Amino acid sequence: MKKIKVLTLAETSDGEIVSESFELLAWARSLLETEESEGESSASSEKPQLEVISILPGKAHHPEELCYRGADRVIHLVQDEFQHFLPEVYRYALLEIIEREKPDVFLASATTTGRTIMPYLASKLRTGLTADCTKLRYDIETGKLLQTRPAVGGNVMATIKTVFGNVQMATVRPNSMRTPDSDSSRMVQIESLEFPPEKLRSKVRFLKREDFDKGESLHDARIIVSGGKGLKKAENFKLIEELAKHLGAGVGASREAVDRGWITYPHQVGLSGKTVTPEIYIAIGISGAIQHLAGMQSAESIISINIDPDAQIFSVSDFGIVGDLFEILPRLIEKLKERKKRAPEAER
Amino acid sequence: MKLAVLIKHVPETDNLKIDEKKGTVVRKGVESIINPLDLYAIEEALRIKEKHPPASITLVSMGPPDAEKSLREAIAMGCDSAILITGREFSGSDTYATSLVLSRVLKKTGNYDIILCGERATDGDTSQVGPAVASFLDLPVLTYVSRVELSDNEVEVDRIVEEGIETYSASLPVLLTISKAIGVPRLPTLKGKKRAKSASIKYVHFDKSLFSPGETGLEGSPTMVVKLFRPVVKRKSVILKPRNEKEIDESIERLIDFISERVEL
Ligand SMILES: Cc1cc2nc3c(=O)[nH]c(=O)nc-3n(C[C@H](O)[C@H](O)[C@H](O)COP(=O)(O)OP(=O)(O)OC[C@H]3O[C@@H](n4cnc5c(N)ncnc54)[C@H](O)[C@@H]3O)c2cc1C
Repeated sequence: MKKIKVLTLAETSDGEIVSESFELLAWARSLLETEESEGESSASSEKPQLEVISILPGKAHHPEELCYRGADRVIHLVQDEFQHFLPEVYRYALLEIIEREKPDVFLASATTTGRTIMPYLASKLRTGLTADCTKLRYDIETGKLLQTRPAVGGNVMATIKTVFGNVQMATVRPNSMRTPDSDSSRMVQIESLEFPPEKLRSKVRFLKREDFDKGESLHDARIIVSGGKGLKKAENFKLIEELAKHLGAGVGASREAVDRGWITYPHQVGLSGKTVTPEIYIAIGISGAIQHLAGMQSAESIISINIDPDAQIFSVSDFGIVGDLFEILPRLIEKLKERKKRAPEAER
Repeated sequence: MKLAVLIKHVPETDNLKIDEKKGTVVRKGVESIINPLDLYAIEEALRIKEKHPPASITLVSMGPPDAEKSLREAIAMGCDSAILITGREFSGSDTYATSLVLSRVLKKTGNYDIILCGERATDGDTSQVGPAVASFLDLPVLTYVSRVELSDNEVEVDRIVEEGIETYSASLPVLLTISKAIGVPRLPTLKGKKRAKSASIKYVHFDKSLFSPGETGLEGSPTMVVKLFRPVVKRKSVILKPRNEKEIDESIERLIDFISERVEL
């Protein structure tokens, strides 16, 4: 029976594998799923097998986690040169691995690293690459990966396939798939792969890294509270910050709010800002322009507060209140404070 | 110092419509502009030029003839010259074919010390062209750059990544993709506008000494769009419309419940 070989690129942060890399395993594992009825055609009754191999550049404390969460095999690149993201070094190693493994599909997350290394690699491989996919399916009959992504500023969705090139490559939107649970009964197979050091030279050198303050990194926030032009002026934006504080949430903003200088650019959500996928996204005084939606539409739940009952944001919301944010926010913050007082530490 | 900035002429995505029957995008009557994110690459190039004279900035764009408008606008901001790669052989190029074309033209027209790109184009939204061009030219690449410091034959840059800011250095030549975080792009000056009007734009057409047949356009593109469709938004929504103080309070309670059912507060 034919085996479909899928490579995924894992990433680490301070030696911990990032959650996007586990999600990538869920993407790989779901490639053969169909929405249509099972066994519809006789050809598809014999499902080919998937082999999922994670490439893990940089030393990681627990490479076996990748196997626990869906990889059949891990190729761990443990040399110091892989500790930081040096595109030339990564590209060399990935080309070698692809040459050896001859995968059908190669996936990475659309993180800053993934969005950089994948095109850097695809040019050398003379193959296609689709960015930031929100859906992937492998068509068994044609052997084609069907890659769906938002196109033209998020106004439409496009399904794309790779018509030439040996490897079908795509990056997938981070946080748009549940991370698979860890199952330590799964078999662990880890290969530490090393290359001749002279092949790992780079014209780029890593110097240092400074982490954002917690609030600035929207990336891991479970809740994000975002404010827009409806806040009217800079001082009022404090309402958003205060609400976020009481909810233990990250602070986001529409472009209108960022352009007016109410908050800095790292907080901007949307087409020209960040793409976020928290469990709850709360949009306050944001109209829901398509460019804003492009950055938050895949949040698990969306809440909105807007004075305009026809605001577009309501059409993507799970829960909304039509009303004046200046009436609602102070009371909401008050109630959250009371709630904390009522629930003593021990009970929570 | 020779600088090149790659810019794209894009439709103003705000008002795009799709033809439901054909499943294609209706571009007729839609204004096109410089990709807003390329303005930051232009701005950074201008700052480098000011700090490290003598320096010149060449703009390179692949697109329809009316992309000339965007090129002139960038000249009005202070760039020196412009190259427009145009012709039906190039239309329908995906990011791979586009990057191949741009890299061939860059290679032929000069040894650039720094090539700057926007972080991505607002229409395609891939961020793939910068790194792909660098790879075709065998240059090092640094993406999502928020600060550039140039000394001798080296750049030191900050990159905005998910959890913080990373600092790297690289030897020249190098390709940088510039993020919005570098600061506000300048506006064209009156003097610049005058110069832009008379500036001559160099046209590059399909040329067999540069490209093999089939290397560009749809034919040269490894990816192909098989279907375009409207995104379906499916959410079961509860929208409350409180009419008085009491109802406002009730809505707030329900909002808190909605949150606390999903995330522990
Ligand atoms: C190429 C391109 C890229 C873009 N990228 C982004 C991006 O990354 N992110 C982004 O956000 N935008 C982006 N935009 C801009 C986008 O089109 C919108 O202009 C922007 O999102 C609007 O921001 P807003 O919702 O805060 O403002 P508005 O659209 O002005 O909405 C303000 C909302 O506040 C409500 N409001 C007013 N007063 C109150 C009140 N008292 N109580 C409650 N509600 C109130 C109003 O009803 C309104 O709905 C982009 C645009 C383009 C062309």
